Amino acid sequence: MLSIKNLSVNYGGIAAVRGISFDVPEGKIVTLIGSNGAGKSTTLRTIAGLVTAKTGSVTIDGEEILGMAPNEIVSRGVTMVPEGRKVFSDLTVLENLRIGAYLRKDKAGINSDIEWCYELFPRLKERSWQLAGTLSGGEQQMLAVARALMARPKIIMMDEPSLGLAPIIVQGIFDIIRKINQEGVTVLLIEQNANMALKVADYGYVMEVGEIALSGPGLELLANDRVRELYLGTAKK
Amino acid sequence: MTKLNDKKNSIIALALVAGMFVLLLVLEAVVPHTSIVFTVLKKGAIYSLVAVSMNLLNGFTGLFSLGQAGFMLIGAYTYAIFTIPVADRLSVYQYYDGGLIQFALPSIIALLLAGIMAAIFAFLIGLPVLRLKSDYLAIATLGFAEIIRAIFQWDKLGVITNGSNVLRKYTCYNSTLFYFAVAGICIAIIVLLINSSYGRAFKAIRDNEIAAEAMGISLFKHKQMAFVISSFFAGIGGALLAMFQYTIQASQFKTALTYELLLIVVIGGIGSITGSCLGSFLFIACSEWWLRFLDVEGAIPLLRPGFRKVVFSIIIMVIVLFYSQGIMGTREFSVSGMINFFKTGGPIGWIKRKRAAKSKKAEVTVNE
Repeated sequence: MLSIKNLSVNYGGIAAVRGISFDVPEGKIVTLIGSNGAGKSTTLRTIAGLVTAKTGSVTIDGEEILGMAPNEIVSRGVTMVPEGRKVFSDLTVLENLRIGAYLRKDKAGINSDIEWCYELFPRLKERSWQLAGTLSGGEQQMLAVARALMARPKIIMMDEPSLGLAPIIVQGIFDIIRKINQEGVTVLLIEQNANMALKVADYGYVMEVGEIALSGPGLELLANDRVRELYLGTAKK
Repeated sequence: MTKLNDKKNSIIALALVAGMFVLLLVLEAVVPHTSIVFTVLKKGAIYSLVAVSMNLLNGFTGLFSLGQAGFMLIGAYTYAIFTIPVADRLSVYQYYDGGLIQFALPSIIALLLAGIMAAIFAFLIGLPVLRLKSDYLAIATLGFAEIIRAIFQWDKLGVITNGSNVLRKYTCYNSTLFYFAVAGICIAIIVLLINSSYGRAFKAIRDNEIAAEAMGISLFKHKQMAFVISSFFAGIGGALLAMFQYTIQASQFKTALTYELLLIVVIGGIGSITGSCLGSFLFIACSEWWLRFLDVEGAIPLLRPGFRKVVFSIIIMVIVLFYSQGIMGTREFSVSGMINFFKTGGPIGWIKRKRAAKSKKAEVTVNE
């Protein structure tokens, strides 16, 4: 469904992404793992239209979206959960959700989707009138995911959702990722937590200094010696 | 928050507004027209409108703009230029043979035109300027306001603007009610806007530009919209100020005026509409009335013309240092909030709670 071909991006004067290509098939979870500075976030922000690419192509269902404004990309069903959650802290939980549906015009659909988000995340319902800034880290991540879902996306892109969260909360976040995937949303996941990401993903790509070094089904990569050595720290001695 | 409660609250709010207008009517009937009370009320209403329009930008959209005086100037001049009666133009534009414009518009149309002119200027200036961020935006808008002032005083444009001479004899209104009505309607429109989905988008941009953009909110379009709307109402405010003063001159719209407004916004609370209104009336009452005695030379040493400004500066420093949230913070004054306030013991209860919170804080630090 989402197809990236030969994408190159310069970011802050350096070639952050160097001609990568990968596909995200419909209904799957695809993960992009790699260490800091590998170019994962830049890739994602380029797809979302926040960063301009040098060359390449990004298509969704065959339509080129590279070079479109972020709002046009969102309206074509590609949304993102930004790194570090970035909820609107001075707005209530409900207002945050409504902002997620900003480009939609169907009032009834929006209201039923709010209920749907509350069913997925009952905790958010309890805190509907609370300011988002007063939520805990895990709750804010839930809200960031729910907010992205409110755009009725075909594909949701998540930038390091486990960042800065306690291990038990991280487990919950990955349960959520599985859950929204079961609801029919395609997921592109960026993670440093390779262990968790590869367990949940159907297919994975390993990025190193702006290029894709390895790829394969999630569980296969998890068993790969190189991945184990570099990202999991569990190489056989 | 139930629907029923909302309804009840809006009925109470309407009753309050009606009560205020009745009170104004009574005041106008009882108190002599030359009383300082009316000056404070009229000027307070005008400043409320402009402060709220500034808050829409600085408080709700997070755009630090300092161009308000410039847009007020455009509004004031547009209104004045188009409402001077044709018969009086020769005496007003005495150095420019009666000026270029030889017609007069009805005052309501001129008032609207004042806002529209300011909005058009804002649109054009916004195109390059709104791509700047925070401090740079402030400097650019400040510069714009100064340039506008210089242009309006330019001799070559005298046939329209009367150069650096005063404009006078345009249509003015003396009724306090008029200023309250116009300012009230405009502020109500701004409140509706802030509570709409556009208002939510503005606040989202203020909270986090990147996330707002990722949600599909077009940053430039919404910033431009906030800037144009804010300027529209600043223009209307400028026109009201022109009416209030009977004469108008470009030299009056210096940056000092913008700073006064910024102060009001800060004192009232950045992000609070009722705070801005409250701040305006307090500021105007202090500077025009309550602190005037400080400027009287004589009986008490130290007191002399200008001393008022010293005291004012000190008050402002105290507020910024110790009450940086302003009077209201980001909260809004509401009837139910007020009832709650008195139910929990009024001001005495408030002080008690403050103290309790303070001692609790102290305990925590001791425990640590």
